[in-house]
Amino acid sequence: MTQTGKNRSLRMSARAMRWQDATRWMGTTLLLGVASLSVLAVLFIFYFIAREAIPFFLARGFREFFTSTAWYPSAHPPQFGVLAILAGSALVTVGAVTVAVPLGIAAAICLSDLLPFSVRQGVKPVIELLAAIPSVAYGFFALVVLAPLLQERGGALFRGFVWGIGIPLGALAVVMGSGLMAARLPPAWRKRGSVGIGFLLAMAIGWFLRALAARAGGIRVDSGTNALNASLILGIMALPTVVSVSEDALQAAGREIREGSYALGATRSETLLRVVLPAAGSGIAAAVILGVMRAVGETMVVWMASGNAAQIPRPWYNLLQPVRTLTATIAGDMGEADHVTGSERYAVLFAMALVLLVFSFLCNLAGEWAVRRSRRRMSGE
Amino acid sequence: MNWKSIGTATVFAAALVGGRAHAQEKIVIDGSTTVGPVAKAFAEYYMQRNPGVAISVSESGSGNGAKSLINGACHIATMSRAMKENELAAAKEKGVDPIAHIVCMDGIALIVHPSNPVKEMTVEQVRALYKGEITNWKELGGPDRPVVVISRDTNSGTYEAFEELVMKKEKMGEKTEYVGSNGAIRQRVLTTPAAIGYVGLAFLEGVKALRINGVEPTAESVNDKSYPVARPLFMYTNGKPAGHVAAYIGLKDTDDGCRLIEDIGYVPLKVKAVEKK
Repeated sequence: MTQTGKNRSLRMSARAMRWQDATRWMGTTLLLGVASLSVLAVLFIFYFIAREAIPFFLARGFREFFTSTAWYPSAHPPQFGVLAILAGSALVTVGAVTVAVPLGIAAAICLSDLLPFSVRQGVKPVIELLAAIPSVAYGFFALVVLAPLLQERGGALFRGFVWGIGIPLGALAVVMGSGLMAARLPPAWRKRGSVGIGFLLAMAIGWFLRALAARAGGIRVDSGTNALNASLILGIMALPTVVSVSEDALQAAGREIREGSYALGATRSETLLRVVLPAAGSGIAAAVILGVMRAVGETMVVWMASGNAAQIPRPWYNLLQPVRTLTATIAGDMGEADHVTGSERYAVLFAMALVLLVFSFLCNLAGEWAVRRSRRRMSGE
Repeated sequence: MNWKSIGTATVFAAALVGGRAHAQEKIVIDGSTTVGPVAKAFAEYYMQRNPGVAISVSESGSGNGAKSLINGACHIATMSRAMKENELAAAKEKGVDPIAHIVCMDGIALIVHPSNPVKEMTVEQVRALYKGEITNWKELGGPDRPVVVISRDTNSGTYEAFEELVMKKEKMGEKTEYVGSNGAIRQRVLTTPAAIGYVGLAFLEGVKALRINGVEPTAESVNDKSYPVARPLFMYTNGKPAGHVAAYIGLKDTDDGCRLIEDIGYVPLKVKAVEKK
């Protein structure tokens, strides 16, 4: 500074300032352009899908599309009832969320608060690796491994599932139930009473589980490509998203909040359930919504695993029936459905895409809303 | 636009690259999406050996193929059905003389799991199954299991042929499952004891093909037309073909041509090639 700065004033010349202004303007414009590109892309997608979809609704109205279950696009005359397909999409998505959300949040809690740091460093990348497997590979697995397995050993699988979930839950219920009930007995009886009550409870729960397992074991799966198969695979696919995002949220809740809770005398489970989870609520909500969107938008797996039968299962919650989803229908029918076979068959696919897009949009909005609400609550209003 | 145009463009580009040194002769082919794969495979094969010829294959449907030929917009119209009366009349009016060449046969086998005791069905029973009127194998003399009915997706030429030959414009039942390829149907039937599906004759390994109206689905029975779920696939030309067009269509009778047809899943007219395998 001393030598070179001797005969340079701190003020820049007018030319340099002009130059600086120009580059600043250019930089800002460029970045603005790049940023608005993604917004523009979304708008364009909306526009082009709506451009094909709206004429369809104008020509055929909303009634058939939303209330009829008759999906015969290649018949003469064609029928475009999409209700069964909407129901299929909803069923598979709900199934996938039922798989992914409890598992994912439990895994996230385990990773962030229970496992030692070194284990977490090893396990989290492995879970995230699930997201890197191409969806065709999942679909192939569903078709070649899971579908035959469900058909041949479906009953045994369900029985194993009942026992696998039932025993830990039952044990927890026995311990907590006997403790709670014994607390009402006179002090002298408490110790012996809790053992007796625990024994009775264990008998009752064991009997109930056995009856349930026997029923589950008797289920026969006729077709392995069904809503359950697709839900399971989609749930596994959504798992890394749910785990990763909710684990980040739990981490972000911070060390202070946990230490504060322990300092007030809370146990580990109280800290986790009453303090950390609510604090991370917005992040977990975001994780769930991302998981839902992953499940709704996935195409290849449902095309291969769901059976693609355009029907509403009877009863509607029967996951063992084949169903058809919006994404699979769009993918499966796109090839032939151009001007050759009639433009309506083409346009109806865009109408479905519009429904999907609107649903995703609403999901996103709900996510935003959940995040904001919980943020407001956390800031103490 | 769509996959077909991209396919056309590829074939076209291949032609341009292959034949840039020579004067180009162009053959334009348009028509059925069912015959399209054969036309494309033939085109690729032919252009490799005849660099001076550019063949473009479009798939706009049998009806549009016929229209193109009548309007002189293509040299060969590929069709999965014979020309109709009104198309022939329109051709005559324009001075076009359509000549049909049967390229190969499209035979569809009904397949079930090898453990299924049912060996034979009538076309009517198959139709009732796919309409959802028959829902249990015991109605057909099999075990007491609900039938898992599997169909190709509505996009495929096989579906179209099945709809025409078996369903006779009736709609499939809502429980019908749809699968994206011949191979995937075989896979599902192979692993599902209660399933029934339909595939091209090239996909029978490991599964049991049913006799339909008492006839076994074989290359012979498809060719002599005794097997009911089969149809010829056509290429139409204006007048007797000559030169490259004739040689191109003539591929169907060569061993290599038969192999190409088999690879796609259709039945070549020359049965010998099938037996050689």
